[in-house]
Amino acid sequence: MDDLLQEFIAETRETLSAIAGEIVAWEAEPADRGRLDAIFRFVHTVKGSCGFLDLPRIERLSHAAEERLATVRDGRSAPDAALVNCVLATVDRIALLVDALETGESLAEEADEHLIAALAGESGGGDASLRRPGGGQRTVSRTIRLSIDLLDRLMGGVSDMVLARNDLARRLRDAGGDGAVEAAFERLSLSIAEIRDTITRTRMQRLDNVFATLPRLVRDLAADLGKMAVIEVDGGDVELDREMIEMIRDPLVHIIRNAVDHGIETPDHRRAAGKSAAGRLTVRASQAGNQISIEIADDGRGVDGDALVARAMAAGLLDPDRARQLGWAQKLALVFAPGLSTSSAITAISGRGVGMDVVRSNIERIGGLIDIESQPGKGMRLALRVPLTLTIIPALTIGVADQCFAIPRSAIEEIVRASGAGVRVESIGGTQVATIRGQRMPVVAFDRLIGVGAGPPAILVILKPAGGECFALAVDMVHDHEELVVKPAAPAVMATGLYAGTTLPDTGQPMLLLDPAGIATLAGVLRQADAREAAAPEPVEQSGPMHVPTLLFRDLCGAERAIRLGVVERIEEVAASAVRPSAGRLRLVHEGRLVPLLTCGETIAGPRLRVLRLSDGATSLAYAIDEVIDIVALPESGMPAADPGLISGVVLVDDRPVELIDPYWLFAEAGDGEVAGDRRPLCLLGAEGDPWTREILRPLVEAAGYRVVHAGPGQTMRPDLVIDNGDGAPLSAGPGTPVVRLRRAQAVTPGEEGSVYRYDREGLLAALRAHRREG
Amino acid sequence: MTLYLIVMLAGERVVLPADHIDSVVEIESVTPVPLAAPHIAGLAAMRSRVLTIVDSLAALGRAVDTPRSSQAVVVTVEGHLYGLQVCEVEDVVECPAVVQPLNGTLEPGWARVALGMIEIAGDALLLVDPVALVAGPPALAA
Repeated sequence: MDDLLQEFIAETRETLSAIAGEIVAWEAEPADRGRLDAIFRFVHTVKGSCGFLDLPRIERLSHAAEERLATVRDGRSAPDAALVNCVLATVDRIALLVDALETGESLAEEADEHLIAALAGESGGGDASLRRPGGGQRTVSRTIRLSIDLLDRLMGGVSDMVLARNDLARRLRDAGGDGAVEAAFERLSLSIAEIRDTITRTRMQRLDNVFATLPRLVRDLAADLGKMAVIEVDGGDVELDREMIEMIRDPLVHIIRNAVDHGIETPDHRRAAGKSAAGRLTVRASQAGNQISIEIADDGRGVDGDALVARAMAAGLLDPDRARQLGWAQKLALVFAPGLSTSSAITAISGRGVGMDVVRSNIERIGGLIDIESQPGKGMRLALRVPLTLTIIPALTIGVADQCFAIPRSAIEEIVRASGAGVRVESIGGTQVATIRGQRMPVVAFDRLIGVGAGPPAILVILKPAGGECFALAVDMVHDHEELVVKPAAPAVMATGLYAGTTLPDTGQPMLLLDPAGIATLAGVLRQADAREAAAPEPVEQSGPMHVPTLLFRDLCGAERAIRLGVVERIEEVAASAVRPSAGRLRLVHEGRLVPLLTCGETIAGPRLRVLRLSDGATSLAYAIDEVIDIVALPESGMPAADPGLISGVVLVDDRPVELIDPYWLFAEAGDGEVAGDRRPLCLLGAEGDPWTREILRPLVEAAGYRVVHAGPGQTMRPDLVIDNGDGAPLSAGPGTPVVRLRRAQAVTPGEEGSVYRYDREGLLAALRAHRREG
Repeated sequence: MTLYLIVMLAGERVVLPADHIDSVVEIESVTPVPLAAPHIAGLAAMRSRVLTIVDSLAALGRAVDTPRSSQAVVVTVEGHLYGLQVCEVEDVVECPAVVQPLNGTLEPGWARVALGMIEIAGDALLLVDPVALVAGPPALAA
């Protein structure tokens, strides 16, 4: 919005200075229709912009002036000196208010009222307040507007200068040193570097340029599709190279379109699934080093990895053997496979052949990465990471048959010598296959590919191209790592499919930048690579300490806290006015229901607040927070807290201690004794003091539809089921009550027959289900 | 009056319209572009910019062994800079832009690049379209 305001100020000033002459001329000759029209257009434009920018004072003034001028234009009144005075005073007043907008000073509103009254013909034109302020102090603008072409030419000139400097440096070195000349050269060199940095900064633009269009896009799309969706945009102030912004615009818009079209459900479906009727999209950008990360998340139906697998198999992209070996992340990554659409119906909005595969290849073309995360029914999250600027990329230069080429370093996995240990290159059926430490991959002999002979492979550069698995590029030499300024190549060069662009290194001799995906396609190893990717088994989860996805957030009191993601149903932003103290506690009015709202004790400030919606399967509550920080995988147990309360314990996140919220305590606090709760069977667990029982076991048991009580002195209720941890004294509730015994080790030791391994989720859930049916 | 550049190309004097032409530069060394169309001779540097060098003879479909000048005519086509290699750069002339239609049938190579004829100092010269030279021969199923 800030940008728009600046634009408005700049534009209004420009028009003001342009019509200054008209104003003076009109004053001398009020009957001049052409001048009148120019002034009318000005106030009309200002009025329009003000409505859009929410500047009510200027809007009222310009509206009043427009009305008055309209009467003159259609002959309802004659332009006399009083009218001219009024209008001109108004134009001056607008100029003053615009200046005030920039400097932030405030001007009394009375003068506005006077003017508006005078324009409406309610007071005489001779009023002192209508005198035009004579030669008032105008603030001098510190910005100018420039054409992009001019900047590009400047940039080109500076690039020329850098090359000339490098050339000069080489010659000076060769000629031998004269101290004074070298010192002078050093000075020149430093100022050239400084100019280059400054010019580079002028090319940076805020991401707002793209983000500003998204809310409208989402609104229109949702309306077309009969859906409801809101978008929250964050990080628009992150700056990116102008060209880069253009490169990510299309992929970003495509992702948003997809999310609204395929992700967000219709309001009815959403309500049926227990979600708010309006879908929620968030787009967040942040900068880390020389990379920008953009995250696009929605709370729609998500992507079903298994459905993707089925679709990929139907399309013949995947065979059943491989499908079985895929992990969840790999299944989701099939979204990016060419020729797969996630939606069964092709709609007018998206899914017309331009799919996620194009999005991914566009992002990877500019040296970026894209990742997907999704839970069916909960939504999907795409994370893009792109370099800050398009033009400078780190690259490796290689030599093949006396010619140098550059390869983007981001695509290089590793470099090995063909004769090195653990490397074997075999010829199979006319093609070469390399086996590197047990991993087999096709070899592309670059010299043969470009038709300059075929020597034995000397060095293998292992490349991982866009949308494929590794292959080895055989080259003659590896020269150097360099930061290269890459420019687009002419269409005739790009038509080969082999190159990503051209670059001009310090030698002054142009070099071609190779496109790893293009090489794979030309050499015919890409398809094979696709199939191979599918075959790579996901690493089996280790039986060490288990990690649980955990949400990190900043609490109202400012402390960094964590909560297990499993209990968080969603994160919402609500108006503070929806929070009501009633029946002894804070409650949140939400979608026509009262939900208990808990806080860490801090009062709620500000007009809006973020809440975590927690659910244990039956009861739902809200917990007010300041902001969400991240989602991380944390060990399942930490240091337990001394006393039961809001905090169940402390865990380490990147060596910072973070307090872990106890959802059990929250639910106990919020316990409204909902009717539904009482019908659920009761399960007796071990003592509440045992964190494993309390934090790990209890949520699982509750999720399976049980109420839970802990064994202890005060416990008198008769449970329907007992779960015995298997550590300590056997737990029971008398004869007739079924008992499920757990054991710590996976293997069954004598005396533990009939017990369930404590982390055998399926086994435990099956037992819980079985007993629930009996009860 | 319009400016034209007279060059020698495949043994004929032809003219190029000057409004396309950026400059005439001396080309030192050319980086080959493997797998590119035959009329793409390679890349060369012009200060900090990269020129795509077009072998005009190959673009006409002529024999490739004729000697070429080390000078290239720099033209901008769709935002990209190209250096057209010709046999010799002769002169810049100014004459009325009266383009006469071609009479007679040209050889296929010339027919593809010719815009018409222009009379300069009593000689009728072929007016060649730089854009057609850059485009090269129609795809040779390569």
